[in-house]
Amino acid sequence: MFRIITKEPLNPSVTRMSIEAPLVAKKVQPGQFIILRAEENGERIPLTVAGYDREAGTVDIIFQIVGATTEKLNHKQAGECIPDFVGPLGKPTETEGLKRVAVIGGGVGCAIAFPVAQKLHEQGCEVDAVAGFRSKDLVILEKEFRANSTNFIPVSDDGTWGEKGLVTDALKHLIDSGRAYDQVIAIGPLIMMKFVCKLTKAYGIKTVVSMNPIMIDGTGMCGCCRVTVGGKMKFACVDGPDFDGHEVDFDEAMARCAAYKPFELKAREAACNLFSMEVK
Amino acid sequence: MVNMSLKKNPMPSQEPQVRAHNFEEVALGYSEEQALDEAQRCLNCKNFPCVQGCPVNIRIPQFIAKAREGDFEGAYEIISADSALPAVCGRVCPQESQCEKYCVRGIKGEPVGIGRLERFVADYHNAHASGAAFTPEKNGHKVAVVGSGPAGLTCAGDLARKGYDVTVYEALHVAGGVLSYGIPEFRLPKAIVKREIEGLKAMGVQVITNMVIGRVLSIRELMEEEGFEAVFIGSGAGLPKFMNIPGESLKGVYSANEFLTRVNLMKAYEPDANTPIQHAKHVTVVGGGNVAMDAARCALRLGAESVTIVYRRSLEELPARKEEVEHAMEEGIVFKLLNNPVELIGDDNRNVVKMRCIRMELGEPDASGRRRPVEIPGSEFELDTDCVIMALGTSPNPLIKSTTDGLDTQRWGGIITDEDGLTTCEGVYAGGDAVTGAATVILAMGAGKKAAAAMDKYIRSKA
Repeated sequence: MFRIITKEPLNPSVTRMSIEAPLVAKKVQPGQFIILRAEENGERIPLTVAGYDREAGTVDIIFQIVGATTEKLNHKQAGECIPDFVGPLGKPTETEGLKRVAVIGGGVGCAIAFPVAQKLHEQGCEVDAVAGFRSKDLVILEKEFRANSTNFIPVSDDGTWGEKGLVTDALKHLIDSGRAYDQVIAIGPLIMMKFVCKLTKAYGIKTVVSMNPIMIDGTGMCGCCRVTVGGKMKFACVDGPDFDGHEVDFDEAMARCAAYKPFELKAREAACNLFSMEVK
Repeated sequence: MVNMSLKKNPMPSQEPQVRAHNFEEVALGYSEEQALDEAQRCLNCKNFPCVQGCPVNIRIPQFIAKAREGDFEGAYEIISADSALPAVCGRVCPQESQCEKYCVRGIKGEPVGIGRLERFVADYHNAHASGAAFTPEKNGHKVAVVGSGPAGLTCAGDLARKGYDVTVYEALHVAGGVLSYGIPEFRLPKAIVKREIEGLKAMGVQVITNMVIGRVLSIRELMEEEGFEAVFIGSGAGLPKFMNIPGESLKGVYSANEFLTRVNLMKAYEPDANTPIQHAKHVTVVGGGNVAMDAARCALRLGAESVTIVYRRSLEELPARKEEVEHAMEEGIVFKLLNNPVELIGDDNRNVVKMRCIRMELGEPDASGRRRPVEIPGSEFELDTDCVIMALGTSPNPLIKSTTDGLDTQRWGGIITDEDGLTTCEGVYAGGDAVTGAATVILAMGAGKKAAAAMDKYIRSKA
């Protein structure tokens, strides 16, 4: 069993938890993920790590409530336990030798982009962090990003936070204003990563994306997480989750991610009903 | 008195039309009377040819002799001295190509139903056992086992019996490996797997789930930091193969591993399951092994209107057990033999809707000794399907190899070992599918057993 040490809502639908998992905390690196089950008989869901404290033996996860499992997880309180928490899985984000990087986070993807920005910042890399949210009330990790970047560029769809616009607008502006990058790292919704890659391809800037497809085991066994990269089939769990964004087939990935949407919605509804019945 | 009937006592089974709609066990097992009757068919041959066919060398005539006297517990003791998983083997071993293949009664008539008797004895024991477990005296040496499938469990059991302090690491949240995630409930009830594992735990074996060795701890760390004197790698052949044809990433296309994991491990067939699965109407399974049969029969039980197996060779070459093929046919699975998919076709939403196949004919025998399937030019045709399951085999998971310096593997990924299971790293042994590529439960158990003996010898030689 794995104890929830702290729990805090970051916005109305996004929660941060710190989980006691000393063995995972000892090894995990930015870019890697864990798989958890929120309860016995629950499904296995992958979450890329949002932080860790090797000494305290804890791993941070930040999740958006989208389906039954995240709904149930969000009903757990600090002090309670979850049955399974396995990791670290996947390959860490490669940061070695990078001098100037633009880290692009979109929505809850900022949770995963942050530890990467932090690691780059700590190793002396110049980090331009672009964070994009739909609206001001959804913003997470602003303070953390500001403290770990050379330039921090907030943008929002509705203009309530930072510049009004998309992360691609901000990135284009940075590049056009003369900022030169060894690499762009983009983490967020598939559609965002697709358009970041389209932009950077035109400029010839290497771009790494973090894929978060549907997964079951996370060890290379089921092949559910397959992604087409450069025309070849790759498994996000063992070959990724980071891939060369210019080679990823995003349209295919978007279709595959939506495979269980109706089920997901129904399951979340059922979970909500269950909780409201318990409350009554 | 020897029972001279030429036929085995038939296995009582659920009717095909009934079982095609439930996940309960197909074969129901012998009654005590049937077991006694079948045991009397054994001639108790002096040179016991059956034993040479058993990868773990169970003393078959001796256990059947005990069963014949009605001493089923005595029979169980004899089996369990050589097999860590009697109730499992009695169900999933391909006896027809092992012990029963060499049975003298099989020369004229059917061989003794050794597998059926093994199953009866194991089930009898499980129903009647007092619960007092055998707890061996500890010898003070620590060993680790990576993977809790048949190879790992056998190795763990044998070493625990010799007094070793054994820790088994499992990557998933449930122990059992392929016994849990792969083989369906209707062939191997998970309660049986659980019971066998509980038996090992009662003997002092520690089973730690959620541990992906290679990531959370390396083999080196197990030996240098955790104090294990020897390690057995039984990590299986997990990586699914695809055909490399267009359309394999369409929605509705699964590897057999994914499909079976959703069904067996995550119980997606239960109405209140948290893990979703597609309830397709027309399912097509590609491949001809036991895994293909399992996937097809699961799809049928999930409510498919039609399930078709597409296989590129003919009935003769189907690698699945004969019994599994027969069961599948009885349940109404359609076999499209001598056909091979060339493309999967999707609709506008990227859902698979058709499979394009080409007809095959058999040419000259290939390296495997089977006649090589050759495409018949211009014979392409399309099949309507809303779910495709690729059951083409698996290859060893590269995780341990890629995180263990000095561990040599074959080009296709299998860990290289000597006859005793010793790898190219001192103190590190391996066996099962991780070494051979996808094979059977019992061969993995045989490898686990051999390695356990070698590990015992190695540790003694150091002491």
